[in-house]
Amino acid sequence: MPKVNVYAIYSLWLREMIRFFRLKSRVFGSLAPPFFFLAFLGFGFRSAAMPAIPEGVDYISFLAPGIIGMTLLFSSTFGGLSMLWDREFGFLREIMVAPVSRLSIVIGRTAGGVTTAVMQGLIILVPGMVMGLEISGLGGFLLSLVFMVLIATTFNSLGLAFASRMKDMSGFSLIMNFMVFPLFLLSGALFPISNLPTWLRSLSYLDPLTYGVDGLRGSLVGVSAFPLALDLAILAACCAGALGLGAYLFEKSDVE
Amino acid sequence: MDGPAIATSGLTMRFNGFTAVDGVDLNIEKGELFGLLGPNGAGKSTIIKMLTTMLRPSAGGAAVWGFDIGRERDAVRNSIGVVFQDPSVDSQLSGRENLDFHGRMYGMDRKTREARVAEVLELVDLTEKANVLMEDYSGGMQRRLEIARGLMHHPHVLFLDEPTLGLDAQTRRYIWRYILKMNQEEGVTVVLTTHYMEEADHLCERVAIIDQGKIVALDTPENLKDLIGADIVTLEVDDGISEEAVEAFSKFDGVEEVEVVEAVDQSGSILNLSVDRGEARIPEIVLGACRVGVKIRSVSMHEPTLEDVFLKFTGKKIREAESAGAGRMAAVQSRMRTRRH
Repeated sequence: MPKVNVYAIYSLWLREMIRFFRLKSRVFGSLAPPFFFLAFLGFGFRSAAMPAIPEGVDYISFLAPGIIGMTLLFSSTFGGLSMLWDREFGFLREIMVAPVSRLSIVIGRTAGGVTTAVMQGLIILVPGMVMGLEISGLGGFLLSLVFMVLIATTFNSLGLAFASRMKDMSGFSLIMNFMVFPLFLLSGALFPISNLPTWLRSLSYLDPLTYGVDGLRGSLVGVSAFPLALDLAILAACCAGALGLGAYLFEKSDVE
Repeated sequence: MDGPAIATSGLTMRFNGFTAVDGVDLNIEKGELFGLLGPNGAGKSTIIKMLTTMLRPSAGGAAVWGFDIGRERDAVRNSIGVVFQDPSVDSQLSGRENLDFHGRMYGMDRKTREARVAEVLELVDLTEKANVLMEDYSGGMQRRLEIARGLMHHPHVLFLDEPTLGLDAQTRRYIWRYILKMNQEEGVTVVLTTHYMEEADHLCERVAIIDQGKIVALDTPENLKDLIGADIVTLEVDDGISEEAVEAFSKFDGVEEVEVVEAVDQSGSILNLSVDRGEARIPEIVLGACRVGVKIRSVSMHEPTLEDVFLKFTGKKIREAESAGAGRMAAVQSRMRTRRH
């Protein structure tokens, strides 16, 4: 069992925090797409009758948890893939030559990436509430935090797994456009997946974000397609799997 | 710890059938300032990568500060500092933050860290730039910070891979000063790679000349240059030069070796004569040249450099060795050598 070095984990986490608060323009830039989705879809479909949305839930309350899920998906995947930048700019060598196990490096990086992703999810919650999202209660809010952490950890780890297998940054936009975007659209963030044709819906069931978004909806708004316990169990399993995969592939990856 | 700071035996690295490092046996003593000198692609960086646990050797092994580089990687990593050839700082962090990050990765607590950050910044004269973001540092400042960072956790051995690559002459002098200073003040063993002759000559107590993955010579710069012994007298002459003239030159008193290098502009030739006590022989050589009908444009003399040593052991100049394969320089410089027995 490799040693886990708490101080090194803290160091890696702290670095992500410093960068997050320093690179404000980048944070605002990455928050712009989910914000525009929220604002324009929210206002645009406000009075439209969307089939399969439960009685008494308006579209903005349905949409806002989905957009939080989107924010988490994009920022955490990006966070995992940012190892590519560290490799490109040489900082990865500084990390790798330190007397720190790779497991500690994975934990530190993931902790940092998850924290920044969840902070961005919480930032998006604010305009959602301004537009009319009503949170069911403190318990629901705290539960939603659990879902946010699980979503962020899952996709941060997947990003890390991909980054470990990639030699350079050329695959980056491929992953963003052909993996992350479909995951977002299939997750039911924008519409109930029961509106999808059966064959497409079965793909949605394979998307971890489906259970994340449903769990966020259930905890924040109080309506969900699946039982919350099921969302939690499936998402936790996906999260554990992704974390294991990311750690394994990072362990196997070359430094150079 | 007893024994040398670094001991390698048969250290070898192969990449897909290409042997980058070929059975290197090397002992580097504690406190030494040791240089690995050779052209790009000679295998210097690969040796450093193996000694710093970034690459696992294909065969052979090494101990760094008594720890095996294969089996005791964390102990090796704790004992060493590394300044990589390419930049390896986080440009979004300040100098101090980069050092702090490093200190934490090596388990230094806040108090130790703060004191040490001040010390190493002082050593490289960056105290005033501590809170400036790395992206606003110049190349030379960045390099200095990396040297400071390499020393941060009190390593026993510091590896510097091409520490002055791409820096201007003045900055290079500064970096040299810092390297000498830390070797003396901190007592740290320094292993550096370079393909700059004057850098190895100026800094290193001992130099290993590396070519094609092998150590071809290893000694102090003085002893290496003594192997050449003689001074080098360079004659620039009109037109090409005949075999007979070369033969005649090689028979002059005190001339040990004659080397012909065609001038780049093709309008003349350059002759390098290895001559014992060159300054006393120049008049004779000039007169002799007149006798065999060679027109001299200019005469210059220099004492042996490591460049000459490299030439002697590998049969090529270091710059030539670098572009080997490109074949461009090889076409410009053809060489005839005769040796006086």
